[in-house]
Amino acid sequence: MDFSLTEEQTMLADSVSRFIANDYNFERRMKIAESDENFSAEIWQTFAELGWTAVPFCEEDGGLGGGPVELMLMMEQFGRGLVVEPYLANIILAGGVLQRAGSDEQKTNWLSGIIEGSLQAALAFSEPQARFEIADIATTATADGDHFTLSGQKAFVLNGGSAELVIIPARTAGAQNDTGGITLFAVPADSEGLSRKSYKTVDAHAAAEITLSNVRVPATSVIGDVDAGHAILEAVIDEATLAVCAEAIGIMRTMHDKTVEYSKSRVQFGVPIGSFQALQHRMVDTLIACEQSHSLLLWTALLTSEGKPDARQAISALKYQVGTAGRLVAEEAVQIHGGMGVTWELDIAHYFKRLSAIGILFGNADFHLDRYVNLSAI
Amino acid sequence: MHISFTKEEREFQQEARRFFAEKFPEDIKRKQDSGAVLSKEDYVRWQKIMYAKGWAAINWPTEYGGTGWTPIQMYIFSNEIARANAPDMLPFGVKMVAPIIYTFGSEEQKARFLPDILESNVWWCQGYSEPGSGSDLASLKMRADRDGDSYILNGTKTWTTLAHMADWIFCLVRTSTDVARRQEGISFVLVDMQTPGVTVRPIITIEGEREVNEVHFEDVRIPVNNLVGEEGKGWTYGKVLLQHERTNIAGVARSQNSLKRLKEKAAQTIHGGPALADDQNFARKIAAVEIDLKALEYTQLRTLAAVAVGKAPGPESSILKICGSEIQQELDALFMEAAGYFALPYVPDQYVIDFPEDERIGHGGETNTSLRYFNNRKASIYGGSNEIQKNIIAKHVLGL
Ligand SMILES: Cc1cc2nc3c(=O)[nH]c(=O)nc-3n(C[C@H](O)[C@H](O)[C@H](O)COP(=O)(O)OP(=O)(O)OC[C@H]3O[C@@H](n4cnc5c(N)ncnc54)[C@H](O)[C@@H]3O)c2cc1C
Repeated sequence: MDFSLTEEQTMLADSVSRFIANDYNFERRMKIAESDENFSAEIWQTFAELGWTAVPFCEEDGGLGGGPVELMLMMEQFGRGLVVEPYLANIILAGGVLQRAGSDEQKTNWLSGIIEGSLQAALAFSEPQARFEIADIATTATADGDHFTLSGQKAFVLNGGSAELVIIPARTAGAQNDTGGITLFAVPADSEGLSRKSYKTVDAHAAAEITLSNVRVPATSVIGDVDAGHAILEAVIDEATLAVCAEAIGIMRTMHDKTVEYSKSRVQFGVPIGSFQALQHRMVDTLIACEQSHSLLLWTALLTSEGKPDARQAISALKYQVGTAGRLVAEEAVQIHGGMGVTWELDIAHYFKRLSAIGILFGNADFHLDRYVNLSAI
Repeated sequence: MHISFTKEEREFQQEARRFFAEKFPEDIKRKQDSGAVLSKEDYVRWQKIMYAKGWAAINWPTEYGGTGWTPIQMYIFSNEIARANAPDMLPFGVKMVAPIIYTFGSEEQKARFLPDILESNVWWCQGYSEPGSGSDLASLKMRADRDGDSYILNGTKTWTTLAHMADWIFCLVRTSTDVARRQEGISFVLVDMQTPGVTVRPIITIEGEREVNEVHFEDVRIPVNNLVGEEGKGWTYGKVLLQHERTNIAGVARSQNSLKRLKEKAAQTIHGGPALADDQNFARKIAAVEIDLKALEYTQLRTLAAVAVGKAPGPESSILKICGSEIQQELDALFMEAAGYFALPYVPDQYVIDFPEDERIGHGGETNTSLRYFNNRKASIYGGSNEIQKNIIAKHVLGL
């Protein structure tokens, strides 16, 4: 039994944590989040220079060959720093698809740019009617000679406004909810017929609603095989789910720690509020919630990196846990901060918003509890 | 035991229902229904309509222009206004300061302040909390020092809701430190916000709006006759008011209205996707709040029945505050859950009437659900936090 990290893993976690301590304090983060670009191009370049954008990719593709454990370590720190740079959208989602299914040419065209930090990309994993079902795809792609014509709507495309490349899952066969018949397309965002409404999100990230009306792309834009996109999509979303859970746990720990600190310094009735047992027990509950979530995170990261068949079920277990425990930790942190907890000025509010958004992202607690049940039935 | 209304009460219910259906302005209703923030002008226009009907001050005695209604009539009224999703009168004037003025104030103060509150000509805000005094309000430090016919005010009030729109503020201030109990040195004063030395600074709340403020007082001189009642008695007056605030805070009828809207929302399909109401998980959660809310409705009715036979609402009103705020917060969480990804775009400005329809995100109100959920965490914090309510129950009900 050994939960210790390798030397490289420790160095990676330390380097991210140092960056956040030295270069990404809350004030700077808020400036970036409130800017029009919504992330800092300069910081994104730094991520590339430090090699972080290369972490999960294999060495032949120009990556560092990291796996779920490395991603977990980084994302936990990104959570602590409330990092808004589009690591998830570029590296884990779009990069994840290209790495798993891209042809050599596609990797040269797109993946190397993503790793270098020179290309912004996105994966359109959701449609307006689909709620959290990634197989629910109504967007169609019709073959026409050596081209395909795409039409449909994508909702909540993370980084969709800045992306130069958008990966569009579209239906080439089958009925709307079939897992078969989904094909992934690499679509330049400036393609004729592609329009987008960009917006900031409540947790200070950015997304877009994308409409495709008769967007023509060459057959060489197909990523992987025609009709076989679902398995890739599912693997990528699973990895992304694990990643955001790690981020959430970084946030939960931070909220818990800050709350305990606050309760030691805030005085009411002549004593620190942390001396009231009514609050002490609740902070113990949030500590337990953090510890239990962390344990599930380690279990899931291990199963995933060993490629175990029950890793998918573990991911749903973890997402369910983070959804419920995250809500508890966040709501208690706000409550124990009193009025301060609901102000824009204090970081607690922004941790709360990001944690709530992660609660929804890739399926909420109910969705993953159902998925857990369904996967055990198999 | 019976819970049916009398013939007169039923007629009154019909009258109120008709009034809200006919007189609540359409443009304000649209904002309100989509969860957008109302402007001061919206409130004033609507409150003046209620004033014209004679319904501005449902809690006041008739001699000051109130309705003089029975608790049952007030209950019916609150149900109907919530059913129409029309906003209540803002509480600071009509529900908070006015009862203190007409109960403890001088004849001159009544004549001077009450009519303008009734007509919504003058806006009030509540200056109780201070940076160092939230739950422990009696520790407040803002001073009022006597100087001839004046008091000189120095100190800071915080979390002051809508102070940036208010004309007057009512404050609890310290007039003496030389007392056996610190509560005895507290007085209740009225301050014109235009007085030199008063400055208002915004506090932006979690969802990005300016709702509360910090109000600073630097050598602010007010006439002695802005003191309400006796010097040193402010704490007792303020407590009476807090009790009022707590029964109002249950918000049963409002929650019933939100529950109804939540069910409608869950029954709709989005772009032909499956309706959430068919999801057993979600259906159970709706049922669970509905049951909680039914119980609270009857807990409130029991309190009401006791008040109707002349018993004062006691510390039990803390139960209403705790359950009421928790139910509201659970409903907010469910609205957000129902919205799925559409809860996440941050586009608070898209609900104004002239926002182009084809540029809207979502299908009607979803993007505001998360903002409302975040913001309404306040419901278990203000008006005496839920922890403080439990302390009150433990002490005064359980005798611990
Ligand atoms: C949106 C908003 C609007 C407001 N509007 C107004 C207004 O218009 N006018 C006004 O005067 N005030 C207003 N308030 C202030 C409000 O009444 C206070 O926030 C509230 O009294 C709590 O005080 P605090 O924020 O200082 O928290 P604190 O008192 O510091 O409490 C922090 C935490 O400790 C807990 N706690 C404190 N004491 C105990 C104890 N003895 N046992 C167990 N737990 C305890 C609290 O419950 C809370 O969870 C508003 C607040 C908000 C958030």
